[in-house]
Amino acid sequence: MTFRIDPRTSQIIAYTILLTLTLITVSILIFIIAFVFKNGLGELNLEFLTQKTKEMGKEGGILPSIIGTFLVTLLSIVIATPLGVGSAIYLTEYTKGGLIRRLISFGADCLAGVPSIIFGLFGFIFFVIKLNLGWGIIAGGLTLSVMILPTIIRTSEEAIKAVPIAYREISYSLGGGKLDTIQKVVLPTALPGIITGVILGIGRAVGETAAVIFTAGSSLSMPTSIFSSTRTLAVHFYILAREGISMNKAYGTAAVLIILILLINFIAYRLMHRFIARYY
Amino acid sequence: MKDKIAERLLLIIAFSAILALLLITFFIFEQGVPLIFKAGFQDFFSTNWRPMQGGFGILSMIVGSLMVTAGALIFGIPFGLACAIFLAEFSPKSVQKTLKPIIELLAGIPSVVYGFIGIVILVPFIREIFGGAGFSVLAASIILGIMILPTIVSISYDSLIAVPTTYREGSLALGATKWQTIVMALIPAARSGIIAGIILGMGRAIGETMAVIMIAGNALKIPHSILDPVRTITSTIALELGYSAGDHRAALFACGSFLFIIIIILNIIAIRITKRE
Repeated sequence: MTFRIDPRTSQIIAYTILLTLTLITVSILIFIIAFVFKNGLGELNLEFLTQKTKEMGKEGGILPSIIGTFLVTLLSIVIATPLGVGSAIYLTEYTKGGLIRRLISFGADCLAGVPSIIFGLFGFIFFVIKLNLGWGIIAGGLTLSVMILPTIIRTSEEAIKAVPIAYREISYSLGGGKLDTIQKVVLPTALPGIITGVILGIGRAVGETAAVIFTAGSSLSMPTSIFSSTRTLAVHFYILAREGISMNKAYGTAAVLIILILLINFIAYRLMHRFIARYY
Repeated sequence: MKDKIAERLLLIIAFSAILALLLITFFIFEQGVPLIFKAGFQDFFSTNWRPMQGGFGILSMIVGSLMVTAGALIFGIPFGLACAIFLAEFSPKSVQKTLKPIIELLAGIPSVVYGFIGIVILVPFIREIFGGAGFSVLAASIILGIMILPTIVSISYDSLIAVPTTYREGSLALGATKWQTIVMALIPAARSGIIAGIILGMGRAIGETMAVIMIAGNALKIPHSILDPVRTITSTIALELGYSAGDHRAALFACGSFLFIIIIILNIIAIRITKRE
């Protein structure tokens, strides 16, 4: 006996299933954010954000972790941005296919797929031990800079590619050299796209745990130099939750993390859209 | 002159990604590979993990990683493909514009937050419904399935969108319904992109660490059911690196080397598949 469903019926069934699965996915995201906010926003107040951490996180605030996160992230983008944007400029303006281009693209793609625990192992053995930097902001920042490099390369590359060829031709016809054209025409035009890449890199760095816990350390004291060991927000949250030190403080820290991530993604999204609207 | 210097300088900078990849490969292998040879392949791929007493077998962790990854794909693929197809083919531009960034936001949520949600919601839920400790292959699979969704959705969506409109029009002109068009014309045409998305998602699942540590239970034995706790390669590295020394630390780098090789193979397959287009 052959059993066939009418194509029109199968279309309706398929549509319903796809719609349901999509709605479930979206509601998972909304649920996660709502759940963290519901339990965590109540914990947020000025004291929590501006006080030192006391009793391993049971009491007090999260100021050292906020400062630690800020410094580690800042260092990572200060290192990764010139490297990433430089790579992107070389890829788009100086190579026309060929082996070098393929090799660099391959490197960036592979690096993007490397899991953060591998960056943690690498940062630990290379920056902390071999270069003898010790656990601290500098080792953590360097490790994260390697991790976010592919994000910045790829986004900047797309942004620079989107700058119309005519812009470059006009600059050349006015007597501009290649470097002048890149500096005065290509980069300013591609800037919003490049900044989007940097912001996405910041987002990855802020939420990272596995790569920083073995490089930046987990000290709760206020950092005094770039060699100081520090505990980033994500690491602090991990320790609070896993060791069951204080669920309330864990929720509060999670809320701060989620707010940061939402803000970072929102800014990146807005910038990208303005950029796309203008040049695509 | 200035142009020449700039070009040289940019060339050097452009090699930073490759250089980073080489440094990572070198240092992880340098620390880990000698131990694999010292222990011997047979012992390295055994279940005897007593790194303080010279037992360096990682088999139960390999099985653990494979189980949670397979589980993640079982949850991630249907949801991921459904979202990608729904967004690309069944929804108007305005819906695409709102839903795509929302799904991509899932990728931005830190993995520790996923682990935490696992601890406070999923683990107690599994404990209530199915019994056991709750910290299990199942819990890890569900959370990892959610975590790899954005990867699968983004890449599959992009490859579906890239299928020429003529394919759609041709199929519809032959009297096919929209769903028949998707199944018979669009998915086959976008196949390589979809597979690449799944492979990259698989790489994310194998490599994920913090979320898995928090919810998988980390017991060091081969699980017999999906409700048993499990320890992955990544969890072992993160749990033990802090206090390890000597051969124990080398063994963790050996785990890292093994993981790194698998990830690079997956990446190369995914890159090859997409570049063939």
